[in-house]
Amino acid sequence: MLIIGCGNRERSDDGAGILVAEKLRKLGIAADTRTGEAADLIEAWQGADEVIVVDAVVTGAPVGTVQAWDGRQPLPSVRTTASTHGFGIAEAIELARVLNRLPRRLQVYGIVGRRFEPGAEISPEVQRAVEEVVRSIIEDVSAASR
Amino acid sequence: MTDRAARTIRVDTLARVEGEGSLYIKLVGERVADVKLKIYEPPRFFEAFLRGRHFSEAPDITSRICGICPIAYQMSALHAIERALGVRIDPAVRLLRRLFYCGEWIESHTLHVYLLHAPDFLGYQDVIAMAGDHRAVVERALRLKKIGNRIVQLLGGREIHPISAAVGGFYKTPTKQQLRSLVGDLEWALEASLETVRWTAGLQFPNFEQDYEFVALRHPDEYPFNDGRLVSNRGLDIDPAEYEDHFVELHVKHSNALHSVVRGRGSYLVGPLARFNLNFEKLPEVARKAAIDAGLRPPVKNIFRSIVVRAVELVFACAEALRAIEEYEPPSVPRAEAPNRIGVGQAITEAPRGILYHRYALDENGLIVTAKIVPPTSQNQKRIEDDLREYAAQLLAWPIEEATWKCEQAVRSYDPCISCATHFLKVVVEREHVED
Repeated sequence: MLIIGCGNRERSDDGAGILVAEKLRKLGIAADTRTGEAADLIEAWQGADEVIVVDAVVTGAPVGTVQAWDGRQPLPSVRTTASTHGFGIAEAIELARVLNRLPRRLQVYGIVGRRFEPGAEISPEVQRAVEEVVRSIIEDVSAASR
Repeated sequence: MTDRAARTIRVDTLARVEGEGSLYIKLVGERVADVKLKIYEPPRFFEAFLRGRHFSEAPDITSRICGICPIAYQMSALHAIERALGVRIDPAVRLLRRLFYCGEWIESHTLHVYLLHAPDFLGYQDVIAMAGDHRAVVERALRLKKIGNRIVQLLGGREIHPISAAVGGFYKTPTKQQLRSLVGDLEWALEASLETVRWTAGLQFPNFEQDYEFVALRHPDEYPFNDGRLVSNRGLDIDPAEYEDHFVELHVKHSNALHSVVRGRGSYLVGPLARFNLNFEKLPEVARKAAIDAGLRPPVKNIFRSIVVRAVELVFACAEALRAIEEYEPPSVPRAEAPNRIGVGQAITEAPRGILYHRYALDENGLIVTAKIVPPTSQNQKRIEDDLREYAAQLLAWPIEEATWKCEQAVRSYDPCISCATHFLKVVVEREHVED
């Protein structure tokens, strides 16, 4: 299973996906980090069968909400996720779908963020959401290995 | 009655630019009453963030300003700090840095030409729609971009936010064999880039030429990356250390970003068009020929044609990367010593979008006292507004949706990296009729 945390640790809540990856690594679970730019993501999951992607999003839901999507389905918020990259996860999924380059299984965790300005501080609600996603991914990983 | 009609074009979330910003154009009768490109967050925050940090941290911190052009930030930071410290770099390090920059240009130009800008010309909402009809083209783009990424990864030590570049050189330099492993891919990339020039040259371009002041680096022997004097087609010819004597940043109410102007003259243009027009004869033969075959000769004054010029620069970047790999001999030491000392240093390098200026003042412990960063997008911002004022006037008779699309396309011609100039660039387009 390939786990990818997206974002920028120097952009406040945009660091959420990276933080999830860092925490997983500390627990001995391999996780990749990426900016979340679409073409790069498609390359990153090339050849992988099962993929989990985590990124900070803005969907209108309260800060710290964790939203889970099946990437094989069209993302409901495809135009509303204000990821910091402009050309991000939603575009990666839709482009990969057209090009037939989606992994067989793709789980997306979006963590709703508040602040995206330069700085390393992460909102407390987002911190809690990061822990929640880490727990979910540990379950996903152990379910997959059973 | 009709001549009193006021219409606005408002793009609140500019799609397909890096980051977010917004564009507002007001048309009243037969004239363009107002143009505002809004950018919300200046790099000031990063400048403040850098104060009190050791100079060795600056390349890594500033590289996180932008996910698309981290190398540019590292390069400008390194060269400015090396100037402040009086550090001279090994010629092999200089060559490696050029190769590093080639990787970023390949990644960034491919992303922009194919995935962000081409859909405008072909009439698609975005590259996802385009990929349905032009699958092979999009696959070519992904492969090209990946090759740029391989160079950055090899020299940078990892995929994102590369960490190997250091003041004085690199923390670790590659072996010749490692670099040679890139040659096969780069030979393919060179051919794909030539195909990119032919492909973009066949697009339809609006008839829109402006009398720009082009500003770019110029080096006696090379197409510019890290080194050279700053020149323009209106007589500017200065050392990068004199930048702030000739360029001023004006605060404008509608945008957090500062508008950069040439003192006493006004807006100017940086980026591919400026580099190409000021350095055409420094391009390698293969790129020059591709340009001429595509009908490009300096001066190119149509901003929409910058997509073809970017493709020519892709050819250059691939050819230059191959040259660098061919000539590379590892330096005797990966990096020169860089002891702390009081000093001020400035540097300009050519980011994919245009010149990126950094200045650092360091104290006796090597801590940063002040930092100044002027990204290419904020330098182009006033020029984008000036263009839109002219261009929107040509579109008065067009239905609002098409006019809005055209204006967005014009903005995207600059490849604005709004995450450099700011964080979010929202582009929203909207039009309203007011009749009395």
